[in-house]
Amino acid sequence: MAITAFLTDSTLCIGCKACEVACKEWNEIGDDGFEWSGFSYDNTCKLGASTWRHVKFVEHTPEPGLGGNAPELGSWSFSSDVCKHCERAGCLEACPTGALVRTEFGGVFLQPDVCNGCGYCVVACPFGVVERNRDDGRAFKCTFCYDRQKAGLEPACAKTCPTESIRFGEIGELRRAAGERMAALIERGMKDAAFYDASNTSVGGTHAMFIVRGDPRTYNLPPSPQVPTVFLKRAWRSSALAALVVLGGTIAAFLADGSRRRC
Amino acid sequence: MFEEETSKAPRLEPTAAVEVPAAGSPVPSTPSERRLLEIRREAEETGTVAGKGFRPPGAPFPTASPETGYYRIPLLHEPPWTWEIPLYFFVGGAAGAAAVVGSIARYTGARPELVRDARWIAAAGSILSPALLVSDLGKPMRFLNMLRVFKAQSPMSVGAWTLVGFSLGSSAAVFAQLLVDRYGPSFPVRLIEHAGQAMSLAFGLPFSNYTGVLIGATVIPAWNENVDELPFYFGMSGLSSAVALLELMGHHKSRALDVLGLGAALFGCWELLRTEGRNRPAQEPLKHGLSGALTRLGGALSGPLPAAMRLVSLFKGTDRSWTWRKAAAFTSLAGALLTRIAWVHAGHVSARDWRLPLETL
Repeated sequence: MAITAFLTDSTLCIGCKACEVACKEWNEIGDDGFEWSGFSYDNTCKLGASTWRHVKFVEHTPEPGLGGNAPELGSWSFSSDVCKHCERAGCLEACPTGALVRTEFGGVFLQPDVCNGCGYCVVACPFGVVERNRDDGRAFKCTFCYDRQKAGLEPACAKTCPTESIRFGEIGELRRAAGERMAALIERGMKDAAFYDASNTSVGGTHAMFIVRGDPRTYNLPPSPQVPTVFLKRAWRSSALAALVVLGGTIAAFLADGSRRRC
Repeated sequence: MFEEETSKAPRLEPTAAVEVPAAGSPVPSTPSERRLLEIRREAEETGTVAGKGFRPPGAPFPTASPETGYYRIPLLHEPPWTWEIPLYFFVGGAAGAAAVVGSIARYTGARPELVRDARWIAAAGSILSPALLVSDLGKPMRFLNMLRVFKAQSPMSVGAWTLVGFSLGSSAAVFAQLLVDRYGPSFPVRLIEHAGQAMSLAFGLPFSNYTGVLIGATVIPAWNENVDELPFYFGMSGLSSAVALLELMGHHKSRALDVLGLGAALFGCWELLRTEGRNRPAQEPLKHGLSGALTRLGGALSGPLPAAMRLVSLFKGTDRSWTWRKAAAFTSLAGALLTRIAWVHAGHVSARDWRLPLETL
C-alpha cells in the first residue's frame, strides 16, 4: 500500500474554503459556532474537534517586490492547515486505549468507537490539532479520509481544491514535486518561499507538507515541534528517584523510631 | 414601513441634540468612546478637528508575523480536563503514599492502628480515584477502554494499569484487615493481607508520583519545562498529605510520621526556591498572574509553613506540641491540594501563551 501525503501550497491557495466545506460534508462534522474573530476573513481560527481543515488568512508583509508584490501593498496569503499526520505522532504514542492508530497509508487515524475521551492526546499534540468535543467528550481530528483512501479515492479536501493548492499523492512523489515547485517559485523571484515538513525535529517529518511565503511561524507552523515522548525518559527517571527517596525515607523513619513498639 | 424608516433618517444627521447626550443621560465610560464624543462635538462646533483621534478598543490589532505568529492565536490546545483531575492528582498522591507508609509501618512492626488507618486511606483513595477519572470521562463504561491495551510509551496507560493494581492491592489489604479485626488472624486471611500489602506497596510507589510524569511528558511548555522535577514534587507532596491524614486520624505521637512530615516540608521549601529561581519564559505561569499566586501560596503551604510549625512543635510541651503539629498537618494538606490545582492551572495559562511554540529550540 502506498504511503500517502498532502502537499499544501499556499502560493496557489485562493482562500475559497472549499476544502473546509468538503471536509465537513464528507465527514459530517458540525459547525464551529458563528462568531466573528476579527482576524482577516478567518473565523474558525484554529484546527479543532469540528475543524479538520482550516484556511488561514495571513495578512503580513513579505519582502516587497518579490513575486509581483507591489512594494506599497501588504500581502494577503492563504494556507489550508490540516492534521500533520506526524511520522512520530505524539497523540498516537500518548493514547492509552489504542484508539489512535497508524493506517496502512501512513496517516494517523482516531477510531471514534475506541476513544474514551481521556483527552491525553490533546496535550500530546505539538501542532494543536486534536481536540476534545465538548458535548461528546471524545477527541476528534482529521482522519486523512481513511474511508475514501480505502476505496481508492483521494481525501475530500484535495479532491475539491479548485487550484490544486492541496495536492495528494505518494509521499516520495510529493516531496519531489515540492522540490520542483520550490525551485520554480524561487526562479520566479519568490525568494522567500519556504518548505515545511518538520523533518529536522523529534516529530521526524509530517505527512502534511506545506509551501508558504516567508517565515513558517507567520502561519503558526512551529519551528521546533516536539513529540512529548522525548520527555518520557527524564520523567520516569525522576519518578523512580522520587519513589526510592519516599521508600528509603519511610523505612529510615520507622526504623529510627524507637517508640514504635511502645505505643 | 419604508416611510417610517426615512422619517427616522434625520436622526443619523450629526446634530448636536443627538450627538451630545443631555444632562443626566449616560456618558460613555470608556476613554475611546468619550474621545469619539469630543471629536464629534468639536467637528460640529468648529467644522474641523485639530487633535488626535482615538485608539480603538483592542488596538493595536494583531498581525501575522514571525514574531506574533498567526494573529497571536495560541497554537496549542488547553488541557481538556475538568475539575476532577487536579483533585485526582491530590487523592492519588495521598493514597499511594499512605500505602507506602502503611506497608513499611507493617513490616517494621509499628502500631497496628497506624497500619490499619493507612490501609483505609489507601483503599478509600483507590476507590475515589477511579470515580474521579470516570466522572471526567463523562460515560463510566468508557473507562474500560483504558484496559484494552498496555502501552509503555503512554503515561496515561501505565497510570491506568497502576491504578488497577493499586486498587486491587489496597482493597485486598483492607478486606483482610476487616476479617482480622472481626474474626482474628487465620492463614488464608494472612495470605490475602500479605499479598495485598505487597501489591499496594509495589503499585503505591509509582501511583503516588506518576501524575508528574503524566503532565510532564506533554507539549504544554510550563509542564515539560519541569519534567525532571514534577514527579518528585508530586511524590513528596503525596507523602506529606498521607502523613498529615494519619496524624489527623490520631497518630500524633508517632515520631516517624513527624520526621517524614518534616522531611517532606523541607523538600517543599526547596521546591519553592527552585520554582522561584528559574527564569525561562515557559516558567512564567508559575510566577505571574493567578496561576503564579496559586503556585506560590501552594508552595508556602507545603514547604516553609508546615516546616516551621513542626520545628516549633518540637520545643513545646505535649499538648501545645500537638496543636502545632495539627496546624502543620492541615496546612500541608491544603498546600498539596492547592499545588496540584496551581500546576494544572499553570498548564492552561501556558497553553494560551502563543509565544512559546514560536521559539526555536
